[in-house]
Amino acid sequence: MAHGPAKGITRWLYTTNHKDIGSMYLWFSFAMFFLGGIFALVIRAELFQPGLQIVEPNFFNQMTTMHGLIMVFGAVMPAFVGLANWMIPMMVGAPDMALPRMNNWSFWILPFAFLMLVSTLFMQGGAPNFGWTFYAPLSTTYAPPSVTFFIFAIHIMGASSIMGAINIIATILNMRAPGMTLMKMPLFVWTWLITAYLLIAVMPVLAGVVTMMLMDIHFGTSFFDAAGGGDPVLFQHVFWFFGHPEVYIMILPAFGIVSAIIPTFARKPLFGYSSMVYATASIAFLSFIVWAHHMFTVGMPIAGELFFMYATMLIAVPTGVKVFNWVATMFRGAMTFETPMLFAVAFVILFTIGGFSGLMLAIAPADFQYHDTYFVVAHFHYVLVPGAIFSITAAVYYWLPKWCGHMYNEAMGKAHFWLAFIGLNLTFFPMHFSGLAGMPRRIPDYHMMFADWNMLSSVGAFLFGGAQVLFLYIVVSTILKGKKATAEVWDNPEGLEWTVPSPAPYHTFSTPPEVK
Amino acid sequence: MIRLLPENPVAALSIKLGVGAVGMFVFALWIMPPLYNAFCEITGLNGKTGDRYEATSAEVDTSRTIKVQFVATNNEGMPWKFAPKVRTVEVHPGEQTRIDFEAFNPTDRKMIGQAIPSLVPFKASSYFHKTECFCFNQQHLAAGEGADLPMFFIVDRDLPQQIHTITLSYTLFDVTDRYGDGEDNVASVTQ
Repeated sequence: MAHGPAKGITRWLYTTNHKDIGSMYLWFSFAMFFLGGIFALVIRAELFQPGLQIVEPNFFNQMTTMHGLIMVFGAVMPAFVGLANWMIPMMVGAPDMALPRMNNWSFWILPFAFLMLVSTLFMQGGAPNFGWTFYAPLSTTYAPPSVTFFIFAIHIMGASSIMGAINIIATILNMRAPGMTLMKMPLFVWTWLITAYLLIAVMPVLAGVVTMMLMDIHFGTSFFDAAGGGDPVLFQHVFWFFGHPEVYIMILPAFGIVSAIIPTFARKPLFGYSSMVYATASIAFLSFIVWAHHMFTVGMPIAGELFFMYATMLIAVPTGVKVFNWVATMFRGAMTFETPMLFAVAFVILFTIGGFSGLMLAIAPADFQYHDTYFVVAHFHYVLVPGAIFSITAAVYYWLPKWCGHMYNEAMGKAHFWLAFIGLNLTFFPMHFSGLAGMPRRIPDYHMMFADWNMLSSVGAFLFGGAQVLFLYIVVSTILKGKKATAEVWDNPEGLEWTVPSPAPYHTFSTPPEVK
Repeated sequence: MIRLLPENPVAALSIKLGVGAVGMFVFALWIMPPLYNAFCEITGLNGKTGDRYEATSAEVDTSRTIKVQFVATNNEGMPWKFAPKVRTVEVHPGEQTRIDFEAFNPTDRKMIGQAIPSLVPFKASSYFHKTECFCFNQQHLAAGEGADLPMFFIVDRDLPQQIHTITLSYTLFDVTDRYGDGEDNVASVTQ
């Protein structure tokens, strides 16, 4: 049955091929990454100096909101789903995803969701301006009229994520090649299996909380309106019940990617495979009982503060196990530093820095000082940018030769890494200091005392943005031309994906491979 | 036996996962908010005070004196003048006390207000009983009209020993737009 892809635009519209859909997810995410990046640069340009220079405060607020929403739901999540689409069937020896038509649908509703979200920028009253966490009643009573479009966009994104998650679980649990037992699966597959369960558990909660907003705005209910007997704090509880597992949704697949890359370039098997699986599962479980550490300042009783503080600190244990295992894998390995490895090593170091600032924020009494300052901004960008973004970048460099059959240019890859690495640290490290000194987040203007740190951050942000343009160039030029890649690509890597030719044929594993 | 799930394992698993997702949506929308309210009511966490209280025994514990402070705040955009006539009273646990709040509508239109209470310390919420309160109903004031709004309360004799001061705050909301259809809606919520 040797038939290739269909021709023309309908190939992409009607495709049920996991590789086509994976590519579309990745390109979509790349586009959103640039859009969200442009919004970030508007923010950083305004914050280059104190005072109001470039944009109106209301537009500034729209930028912070849209930057967060686009990066979380448009860039990071679809990128991981795209990688899952491409790699999971090949890693478990399946011919395709379990539900190929639903796969097509879950991708194709996404562009419409984001079209709707981005179109709010051109509406009367402007785009949502209440921050990506959209706390009620700021996002209900005081919101611009476009909030309803935002709510429906979130509904569609949620539906897309849930369908993607169902598809991934069904593929992993039903489509593995004979002999591929659960404890033989690559860690990327394991982390995605757990992530998919998190998605199914919490994306409906997000849909629920925006539905409550919709009813408060249009149907006269009072979920979050104190005048009608509701409670704004309820919003924060429901939102963070979704929001905390959500941050692990954005990092667990990254753990899987790094666990695939480090052994290849350290030329040693991954240290502590089963402890990695159990650590991932424990992190996922703990993510459901720590949500209120985002709201230490709402006036919780001391028992609540203590519970959420200790539960949060407990997460450091399984995370520490993971970092230990990555370091132990590299220890005495025959390491080389190709671009994917550089990004993976930077992930381990910088993610750990983000983890440490997370521990500081977990201390309830200290959090009262850090809350809603740039220290928090520094913290979550240190876990998300070197965490999610660097791991996705590493994954692209690692698997791109398999996808398109060409090697990327190593010198350019390394240049991209160093520009991104320096840009990232220059942008976000100073935010720790401006935050500790008291600079609040989400403000377009600030006190003179924060001027130096902010100028550094802005310079770093433009450097980081420029590095990503280089990344786009590298990806496009690698797809178009480049040295032919071998089937193995790297030096003796582990995994079924390296047993098929490069580029991977349109249909792989039509007959299941043998797994020893 | 009726098969609920299809035989195809992929379809069966997908249906189970889909039902799980719908279940979480139902949980978020219909179970979390009531659960939260019940939890807050039991623990007094958000400072909400209880419904109308029927005084049982009239024994007064004269050995203790509790200072009760009153705060009145207008929510954003509420133009009424709203203040307690007395800002602080000292009461004995078990004794019923009346406090009047003054409200005045300075605008030229009929308006409806709703007062929402909040009490600190939270631990005292379940020991502060209101036998009668204007906050149980909405307040209608015609243009230029003023009113004395009464509130009767009893501090429970079981109030924890370490509590000597209770602060009761009312925030007055303008609900004219929400309930301005002329009917005297009783807020369907716990005050």
